[in-house]
Amino acid sequence: MPIYSEKVMDHFMNPRNVGEIENPDGIGEVGNPVCGDMMTFYIKVKDNRLEDVKFKTFGCGAAIAVSSIVSEMAKGKTLEEARKITPQLVADELEGLPKNKFHCSNLGAQALGKAIDDYLSKKNKGGKK
Amino acid sequence: MRQVYLDNSATTPLLPEVREAMLPYLGELFGNPSCLHSWGDAAREAVERAREQVAQLIGAEAEEIIFTGSGTESNNFAIKGLALAQQAKGKGKHKHVVVSAIEHFSVLYSARTLEKWGFELTLVPVDKYGVVDPEDVRRSLRKDTVLVSVMHANAEVGTIEPIQEIARITRENNILFHTDAVATAGTIPVDVKELGVDALSLAGNQFYGPKGVGALWVRKGVRIIPLLDGGVQEGGRRAGTENVPAIVGLGKAAELARMDMPARIKRLTLLRDRLLTELPQKIDRVVVTGHPQNRLPGNASFCIEFIEGEAMLMLLNSQGVAVTSGSACTSRALKASHVLLAMGLPHALAQGSILFTLGIDNTDEDIDYVLEVLLPIVDRLRQMSPLYAKFTKAGKGGK
Repeated sequence: MPIYSEKVMDHFMNPRNVGEIENPDGIGEVGNPVCGDMMTFYIKVKDNRLEDVKFKTFGCGAAIAVSSIVSEMAKGKTLEEARKITPQLVADELEGLPKNKFHCSNLGAQALGKAIDDYLSKKNKGGKK
Repeated sequence: MRQVYLDNSATTPLLPEVREAMLPYLGELFGNPSCLHSWGDAAREAVERAREQVAQLIGAEAEEIIFTGSGTESNNFAIKGLALAQQAKGKGKHKHVVVSAIEHFSVLYSARTLEKWGFELTLVPVDKYGVVDPEDVRRSLRKDTVLVSVMHANAEVGTIEPIQEIARITRENNILFHTDAVATAGTIPVDVKELGVDALSLAGNQFYGPKGVGALWVRKGVRIIPLLDGGVQEGGRRAGTENVPAIVGLGKAAELARMDMPARIKRLTLLRDRLLTELPQKIDRVVVTGHPQNRLPGNASFCIEFIEGEAMLMLLNSQGVAVTSGSACTSRALKASHVLLAMGLPHALAQGSILFTLGIDNTDEDIDYVLEVLLPIVDRLRQMSPLYAKFTKAGKGGK
């Protein structure tokens, strides 16, 4: 029996939104090579909505699938809506993740959150100028 | 799609001749070797023939062979059984054991269990190629050392260890020496007298025999405390009704391995060397792991920078190719290979571990195919990798 669901395999084999955004509005980086997975999310924001989301991921099949589905889930959402994406929602959307991989590979929501934080802090700084 | 099995260190396929030899013992010859009637006689005869075959493979006496349920059991038995017997002999004063840092978990964790039982443990380091320095073993010895265990070869990186040199040191000091030969017995020449060891583990599914059977060789006169009590099987050293079909298969596989070994080694070495030279030519930023020359004939192991092994493994699987990886993500415990880390590889590089272990069914066409499909897989994962992006940007910026 394969360890990954069909949906995980689909997003691993055909990841959506891989890449970088030129001049992104926000960047979020999580993980480190010791624990195995690293994710970088890039976002473009327009009218408080995630107009574009892209990612780069160093990690296992689950980590790549998580990144892919988070990018899909987040695209088009308002920042507030996007913040409501939790690791559990991500795992549910992927029709389950192996138990031992739930925490280590499921960093997509966190990386996205960091990208939003980055956008907001830049915006605030810009506003003060 | 082409199917290419390159995970022979996990298990080898069963040879048809071995399966044929086993079949009668899954059928009409079902007797229990301990029984005194003719059913028992037939089974006992088969087990004793297999014992001869295994003994011949490693230059031992048949009576010195103890059949077990796996290489893991053989290792557990050797480490715990020999240490406990020595401790009993020394009235509890002898309690130090030495094992290398790259042992299989069945040796490492048996040694850890001994620690819980009051023994003290020294782990001997390895160099960047995974080689144990015999002088490090010498330095680790104490007056109360009862047992040293260093593997004959490491299945993950292929490195063959200087067992004879270590044996000279243990013998000078009158200390027992066990070697885990699971990766070598049936694959390269293993002669217990030449090696100079006191105990040696082997397993059937590493040389085209069945799974669920192994053997421990213990030199005549060396005491070992059984792990399984309650029966007279295996000279009282391993209780439990014998797995007769598997033992018969192990024996047959040992006989075939002994006869075919030179041809198998020649064939595997040619294919292995193609991988070891051509893969780093085709893909940049690749590190060969293990000793460049002194390695198992079927082992080609690498770390490919900036990408992770499980993802490579799964994409290769989608192309019909079976491999394994020592990356953290591949292990159920999510820890990078202790072997690669002991060799001093950084975590990020160890994540890129990929291991090809060749078998006697592999062909040149298999190697062509693997090299052909691997390249786009590596490219694809690198295009996704933030580490690779950083590397290429740093390169473009003149560093």
